[in-house]
Amino acid sequence: MNENDLIDEAGSASESPLQIMADHLREIGQGIVLSSGIVHGEIELQVSAGNVPQLLLLVRDDRQAAFTQLIDLTAVDYPERKDRFDVVYQMLSMSNNMRLRIVATVSEGQTVPSVTGVFMAANWAEREVWDMFGIFFSGHPDLRRLLTDYGFEGHPLRKDFPLTGHVEVRYDDTQRRVINEPVHLVQEFRDFDFLSPWEGMHNELGGNAAKADPDKTAK
Amino acid sequence: MGVMDPSLAPPIPPGADQDAILRAVGDEITNRGFVIAKADKLFNWARSGSLWPMTFGLACCAVEMMHSAASRYDMDRYGMLFRPSPRQSDVMIVAGTLTNKMAPALRRVYDQMPEPRWVLSMGSCANGGGYYHYSYAVVRGCDRIVPVDVYVPGCPPTAEALIYGLLQLQKKIRRTATIARS
Repeated sequence: MNENDLIDEAGSASESPLQIMADHLREIGQGIVLSSGIVHGEIELQVSAGNVPQLLLLVRDDRQAAFTQLIDLTAVDYPERKDRFDVVYQMLSMSNNMRLRIVATVSEGQTVPSVTGVFMAANWAEREVWDMFGIFFSGHPDLRRLLTDYGFEGHPLRKDFPLTGHVEVRYDDTQRRVINEPVHLVQEFRDFDFLSPWEGMHNELGGNAAKADPDKTAK
Repeated sequence: MGVMDPSLAPPIPPGADQDAILRAVGDEITNRGFVIAKADKLFNWARSGSLWPMTFGLACCAVEMMHSAASRYDMDRYGMLFRPSPRQSDVMIVAGTLTNKMAPALRRVYDQMPEPRWVLSMGSCANGGGYYHYSYAVVRGCDRIVPVDVYVPGCPPTAEALIYGLLQLQKKIRRTATIARS
C-alpha cells in the first residue's frame, strides 16, 4: 500500500486521519522535528539524536496523539553514509490505532540520550542496540551487552562485521574449561546465487557472487 | 528394527521352553534365596533399562524431545524419565542450537552428572552447527564441548528418530564391558 492509496481512501489528502496526525505532530514538535512525512503508510519523523527523549515525551503525553507504547527500538547501519546509523523508534497509539516511526541519524561514536526515563521498555532494547551496533546510550541505568557472549568483541549487526566472527569456542581438556580460539573453518562459506539459465528469470536476491565473479556460480 | 543386539541369542518365545526357564529361576530364588548372573551383564541391564535423561532443550528440537516423552511415544516405556537435575541423570540429550554463551553452562552441567554418563546429540545444530554453522555466535557441533555417544540427524529429528537414537544408546551400553580387566 502506498501513500496515495491511503489518501484516496480518506477522500482527500487534508482529511486523511494520518495526515491530520502528521500535521499535529509537526505542530507539537516544532523546533525539534527536522522533517516529517508519511512513508510506507506510517508517519515518520526525523529528529536529531539529542532531542529524542524530549520528542518521545511529547508524543506520549499529548492528549490527541497519545503514542503511549514504545513497540520497538532498533538501529540500521548504512556504511556508505557519513552518519552511518539510523536509530529507529517504533511507537503505537492504541487510542488512535496509529503507528509512528521516529528516526534519529547518528554517526559512529556519537552518544544518544537514553529514553529509559520515558519508556522503561527501552531498557533492554537499548542494551541490544549497544550490543549489536555499538551505539552508546547516555543515562542508561545498566548498559551491558544483552545477547552476545561474555567478553565478546565487536558489534555483529554492523555491516563490516564478518559473518563468522573472530572467535570460536572449544572445551580444553588440559585447562578444563571452555576456551576462545581464532576461527578456523574447514570449508569456507559459500555464497550461492540463484542465477537461472532460463529466460524470463531474474535474480531476485541480487547475489553478490554473480556480479563479482560469474565463474563462482559454477561451484 | 536393527536395534536388537546380534551378539545376544534371539528371545525365547512364550511357551513350554520359556515357562521351564522362568520356573527354574523361580525355584532357584525360593530354594536358595539368590540367582547367579554375570555381573557386567547385570550392570548393563540395569543401566540401559533406566536411562534418565537430563532435560537440556535448547531450541525447536526440544519440542520433538517433549513429543517423545509424551503419551504417544512415551519414553517411560523404556524406563527413561526426564530429570531436572544433572546429579540424578545418566544421559544428556543436547536438543538444539548450542551457542557460544551457553557452551560453558552445558559443560558445567555435563561435569555435574555422575559417572557413568552418556551424551546424545540431537539435530543438525547440535551435531555440527547445522543451519548456523557459519554464525559468529554458535558452536560448530556440541562435540567441541562434550564427548558425544550418539548423533541423531534431522532438523529437527522426529520423535521416532530420537527414540531410535536412545535405543541405539541402550545397545551401545549393553555392549560395553563394565568391568575393566588389566
